[in-house]
This record gives sequence, structure tokens and C-alpha cells, in this order.
Amino acid sequence: MTDRGPLLEVESVTVRFGALTALHQVSLEIQRGEILAIIGPNGAGKTTLLNVISGFYQPSEGRIRFAGADRTRLRPPDVAALGIARTFQNVALFKGMSVLDNIMTGRLLKMHGNILTDALWWGPARAQELAHRAAVERIIDFLEIQAIRKTPAGTLPYGLQKRVELARALAAEPQLLLLDEPMAGMNVEEKEDMCRFVLDVNGEFGTTMALIEHDMGVVMDISDRVAVLDYGRKIADGTPDQVRKDQAVLDAYLGVAHE
Amino acid sequence: MPTIEPGLDTFPKLVRANAERWPSRVAIREKNLGIWQSFTWRDYFTRARRIALGLASLGLARGDKVAIIGDNRPELYWAVAATQALGGVPVPLYQDAIEKELAYIVDHAEARFAVVEDQEQVDKLLHVRAQCPRLEFIVYDDARGLRAYSEPGLISLAELEERGDKLAISQPDYFDAELARGAADDVAIICYTSGTTGHPKGTMLTHRNMIVMGRNAIAREGLRDDEEVLAYLPMAWVGDHIFSYAQSILAGFTVNCPESVATVLQNLKEIGPTYFFAPPRIWENLLTNVMIRIEDAARPKRALVRFFLDLAQAMERARLQDRTPAAWRRLLYPLGEALVYGPLRDNLGMRRIRVAYTAGEAIGPEIFVFFRSLGINVKQLYGMTESSALVAIQKDGDVRLDTVGTPLPDVEVRISEQGEVLYRSPGVFVGYFKNDEATRRTLQDGWVRSGDAGFLDAAGHLKIIDRAKDVSRLAGGTIFAPKYVENKLKFSPYVKEAVCIGQDRPFVTALINIDLAAVGNWAERRGIAYTSYTDLSQRPEVSDLIAQEVARVNASLLEDQVLKGARIRKFLILHKELDPDDEEITRTRKVRRGFIAQKYAALIEALYGDADHVAVQAQVSYEDGRTGTIRADVRIRETA
Repeated sequence: MTDRGPLLEVESVTVRFGALTALHQVSLEIQRGEILAIIGPNGAGKTTLLNVISGFYQPSEGRIRFAGADRTRLRPPDVAALGIARTFQNVALFKGMSVLDNIMTGRLLKMHGNILTDALWWGPARAQELAHRAAVERIIDFLEIQAIRKTPAGTLPYGLQKRVELARALAAEPQLLLLDEPMAGMNVEEKEDMCRFVLDVNGEFGTTMALIEHDMGVVMDISDRVAVLDYGRKIADGTPDQVRKDQAVLDAYLGVAHE
Repeated sequence: MPTIEPGLDTFPKLVRANAERWPSRVAIREKNLGIWQSFTWRDYFTRARRIALGLASLGLARGDKVAIIGDNRPELYWAVAATQALGGVPVPLYQDAIEKELAYIVDHAEARFAVVEDQEQVDKLLHVRAQCPRLEFIVYDDARGLRAYSEPGLISLAELEERGDKLAISQPDYFDAELARGAADDVAIICYTSGTTGHPKGTMLTHRNMIVMGRNAIAREGLRDDEEVLAYLPMAWVGDHIFSYAQSILAGFTVNCPESVATVLQNLKEIGPTYFFAPPRIWENLLTNVMIRIEDAARPKRALVRFFLDLAQAMERARLQDRTPAAWRRLLYPLGEALVYGPLRDNLGMRRIRVAYTAGEAIGPEIFVFFRSLGINVKQLYGMTESSALVAIQKDGDVRLDTVGTPLPDVEVRISEQGEVLYRSPGVFVGYFKNDEATRRTLQDGWVRSGDAGFLDAAGHLKIIDRAKDVSRLAGGTIFAPKYVENKLKFSPYVKEAVCIGQDRPFVTALINIDLAAVGNWAERRGIAYTSYTDLSQRPEVSDLIAQEVARVNASLLEDQVLKGARIRKFLILHKELDPDDEEITRTRKVRRGFIAQKYAALIEALYGDADHVAVQAQVSYEDGRTGTIRADVRIRETA
């Protein structure tokens, strides 16, 4: 791994599901420390792109490089081990588990133990759990969810569940964080809170972020760069201002007859 | 006047004495990262000294003002002690103050320094900096989000303390010398109070004010050095300053700072305070939480809880009226204690409470009786910023529903010819900062005009009836206190808001707002159909319901020697809710009498006429800014 160059490079990636081409020759770079927004109409391939990056889908063609190394054909657990974490469009928490335990699962890949010491909660196992708990508490403090620490995740309002999901992703201390519609279905106040947390995470931890979002106000406010997908192709890539004025983007959103 | 020992005449000197006497006893706790962190009296003093030296290194001189803004944090209490140690004056501000208010106070107080909790407060101060030219340094505790800030004069508490450590090496005697220069009559704090009119006023209190009054209350209430309190009310409120700072230092008890505003109830349960204070609003919320949980319980459990709660409340009511509770109730009480009261107190985090206060507003008798009946020693306290928060407290074993107790030691209370409560005590403030005119109006020959109308009853209990400016007389000369009557009406669950009219009129009348949730629920249970608020409010059944409530209020007024002439003769139920958007009440739900008298002039005239109903049309504003018209035929009722 090197510290120079883009954190993630997607090179001419194509994804096909049978006869359907979900992504066609998409190339994209994510620079270290930036917030990249991926936008596009419904069915444009945004979530597919995220799924390819996180290893959930394998590209039919093209390459993906993370921190300079090729990792086109990795499975999700290996991707996670590399330092890529994600949240889901539909909240995917363990509903019966407390918020604290949900966030603890985000640390699983960082835990190393053996059955004996873990079962006895003795020696290194104990020290390890305390260290992980401390890390989780810092995240709880950061995202201001102290009051719901012991609440079962399933009983929380939607906006808070989204925040817990972000907390769990952060617990893995990722280099790259993929957020799939972090603000979908939120009210204005919840959205404002979430924007502040996204910016704070980026500012405090220097975490690189790629997020899919439909609310253009949010996108223009918090992202450093915007990539636009339409029908599986990337049609624009630039600063929010550039993208806003891009004719291809306007056409895609306002509707121009496609052949 | 009580004397103060020379070496112990300021709060920082008292902190030093505590550090020597109890170096390893816990002075203050804070829940951080899920764990209660404890700080001893030695830590308290050491950190206060480091912060003080840090402030000195930035040039804090005697008399300089230091704004303190944030939630209750140990660091901010230490900053208060640090400022006082150097002869500076801390000025605590409400952490949720809007920028305009913040700018006014920071500028008016001439603050050179601000010690704040986090980015939120830093941002607000940076925003209003142009309006506060004297503000030079902003010290923040939590560095989150502030790393990229490069504004001049911005410094973290950690850096400040490092500067303090350097100064401690280069000038080892500086702190002790400055500490020794402090005296009992120095101004210890300026608390800004927001009136309903005009700008906030900065009330200056001295060390002597708070040492003497704090000690008097400690002695009267039997507070010990092992009390636990929860510091969760704003630091800018004089009550928190007295209970969580002054009395803690004087008695040596432990202060606990909750993890965040949202966790206060959980933290209350974890700490189990022995000494607790809350405004009526919080007692009310606690009661509502309990009631909701009882409603959710299984039927046999619910019946059991209800039975025992009713039993305890009947006993408490009897006790408050100096009657002996029925023998069968006294026999069953221990069973209730084992099954209901004890577990409930435990669940609320109130098992260990020895002394609890309600203050600031009149508390509903149901709420007061509920908590007392559980065996929680809740008492009413009367005081204000100008009296170092303390004037009168109900004595243990001498608690009544409708008085605020007897004056504390060294406090004299008398009633002016106009019926206003006046008091004189060692806790009386020295004046409003840079506002001599207001000082002259309030403080006359050592007596403070409280602005409250009230009287002392035969047993020497102080009874507050209303704000003095609202008290007036009926045409026949009878004294009429609108808010007193309105509060009695509002204690009914069915009455949301009430406005009483009577000044220079032959009798008292009332405009009443029903509580939609409570009355709606009542109507549903009786199968009374209604379409809208307006419709429900004018149902004859609802009118009968409210008439009963008014009759109850009139009956209780009859028991009152001074106010029995001011019973409600006629009332009507308003067809719409009084709303801040319509400017009828303020955002803090205070009735705007002048505006209402004007807007509802036709209704009020009808109340003093012969008609038994009146047709109305009213303009209302919706939340989105649109306006509409409501038409209704309002019934006028005469009470029996």
C-alpha cells in the first residue's frame, strides 16, 4: 500500500446481470480524504457501483484498485478487512440487540482471540474487550447517542437507526466509508444532524467517503465532488458547481428521450 | 450579621480548605464514555489553580468578567472557581441562548474572556464577536470540530492549563497571593435574569451573600457532607449556582454531571441523589412517565398500583390538612411501601432522596401530593436571583399545599401596603451591573421588592398569590389576583389555559381553553361525538364538565380569607386554542392579557351582559402562514 495517489480506482468496470448491463465501462477515482457524492436517477446503477466496490458483486469486466493494489476479485469479508465499511439503503441492524452490541459487531474484524480465553473472559480477552468497548464509547460520544446505548435497535425511530448504522460502520475504523442513501426517509432536522455527522467524521477522522444521495441540497452542501450516473454510464464528474451546470446532467434529470 | 472566618471568606479559599481536609474524597463526577469519572477535592482545587494561572497568563486582571457557557461540566465549575480565585467575576450564560441574547449579555457584562464547552458555543461567540469588542479570548473544553479554526484568541482548555503550569514555575507565589487578596464582599458572580420586558439584568452577588445564605439553608435543612446531587439545570440559573457550586463547596458534598441532556433521567437513576431540585415542569414530566407506564401494565398490576397510589394520596392529603389519616389506610401503607412505593421510588432514582425542592412556579397540587405520598420529601422553596435563590423553604414536617414555607434564618419578610412581598437578608444582592436605576427601583433601604403579591398567614407561612403588577381590585374593592385563580383552574386536567378578568368590574369572569387530549378522551369514553376542537369546546356536556371544575375552584377560593371575594361568577369556553402564533400567549406560555382583552373584547362584554350566548368569528393563522376563519356560537355560563 502507498499513501499517494487515489484511495480507490475503478477502471472501466462493467457489470452484467444476464442480458442487463447495470454498469457500463464506468471509471471513477476516489481521492484520499474527500467526500464523493454519487447521484443519478433511479436505476442508474448507483447501488450496483457501491456493491461492486464492497465486493458484493464481481465486475464482469474492468479492474478495481484500492490504495494502489489490485483487488478486483475480493469477497466482502476481505474487502472489509482492507478498510472499507458501508451502510445500507434499508437499515440492516440486528433489531433485537442493543445499540451498544450492534456497534460492537463493527469491531469483529479487529478482535483476535481463542475460545478458551474468550469463554473465561480472562487475560488478553478481557483487556481486548475493554479496549474495543472504549473505542465504541468514543463513537457513541461522537454521534451523541449516549441516551440509547442500551436500547434495542429495533425499537428506535428510523433516523436514529440510520445513525446507529453509521456508528457500526465507523467502529471498523474504515479508510473508505460507503454510505447508501444515509438520509433517505429522514425529516429535515434528522437530515441536518446527519449532514453534520458526515462532515464531522470526515473532518475529525479524515475518513474518505462515497455516498449515494437523492437530496440535491444535501449533495451540493457536503460533497467535495459529484459523480453522475445515468443508465449505467458515468455522464459527469466534478465539483458540485460544475455538475450543476452540466448539460448532460440536466438532460438526465429533466428527461430527454433516450434511444 | 453572621460572621465569616477570614481564611474561608471566598469560594476558592473554601475549595482549598476542602482539598486539605478531604484530599481524596469525591467532589464532582461526570459520566464520560459511559463511565462515571470521579474528581476529588484535591483535583477540584488543582484544576481550578491551573485554569486560573492559564487565565492569568493571558492577562486576566482583578474585576475582569469571564463568560461561562455550556452544559454542566466539571471543567466549567472549575473555571468559575478559577476566575474567582484571581478576583475576576464569572458570568454564566444559558447554553441555549440565541445569538442576540448572547451578544447583549457578553457585551453588557464587558467580558474579556469566555470559557465554553464546545464548538457550538465557539461558533455562536465568533458570530457575535463584532458586537462584543471587549471579548479577547475564547477558551473551549471539547476540541471536536475546532482543529481547523484559526481565529485569534481561540485556545483550548488543555493549552490554557499548560500555560498555567509554565506560569506556576516562573511565578510560584502568584496564585496564592491573588487568592489571599480575595474578600467576602467581592462580587462573586453576575447572574443575568431575563425579565418578561426589556433587557436582561445582571444581578451581582458577593461571596458573603452566598456563604451566609448557603450555610443557613444547610443548617436549616440538615444537609451533610455525604449528599449526592445531580447538576442538570442550567449553570446560568442562580439555583444551580447555589446548589451545585456554593452549597457543595460549603458542605463538602458531591455533584454529579450527567452524560448529556438526553440522559438525565437515566443518570438520575444511576446516581440516586439524596438532595434534588426541579421546577414543576420536570416533576410533571416524571409523573406523566409513571402514569403512561402504569397504563401499559397488565390489568391486575394496574389495579394494584392504582389502589395503593390512591391510598397513599388520601393519606398525604389528610396529613397536609393536619388530619390523622384513617386507621385502615395506615395499616395497609407498609404493604403499599413494599409492593408499590419503594419499587417506584427506586425506578425514578429517588429512593435515597432526603430533601427535594420544587421552585420557580406554582406546582399543581396533584403532582405535589403524588410525590409526597410516595415518601419523597418534596418541599416548596421560594426565592429569586436577587436573594441568592433563597428566601423561604417549607420546614420538614410543616409542609402545606398552598404556601412556600417560612423564611430562612436571618431573612425578614414583610408585606408592603400594596400587598407586595418585601424581604431583607444577608443574601440580598448588591445591585444590578451597570443599571443603577433598576437597582434603585428594586432595592430600597436594604429591602428587596420581590414583584410578587402575597401575605404571611397566621402560622408565619409565606403565601404567594400572583405577580404584584397583575393584582388589582374589583369595582367593589375586593382584591383580585388573576393568575392565582387561573392556576387553580389549570390544575384541572381538562383546562389547558384560562384567562380571568375582573379589574374594575363588578365580578370575576373567565375565558377557558379546554385540553383537547384530556377532554377528547373523556368525550370518547362517554360516546360523545365531535368533529373539531371548536365543535368539542361548545358541546353542552363539555360545558357541564367545565362548570364542575369552576365550581371546585370557587369552593377552594371560599377557604381563602383574602381572596374569597374573587370567585368566578360567569365563564365561557373559548372556541379556539390560545396560540403563540396568534400572539395570544408568549412562547413560554405566558398569557398576554392586554392583547386578549382587545382581541376578545366582544366576548368579554358579553360575559358582563345579559345574553346566554354570543356568535363569534375569529381569524386564525395556520403554521404555514395561511389564515382562516372560525365561526362558532359560544355559550355563556353562570356558575351556581
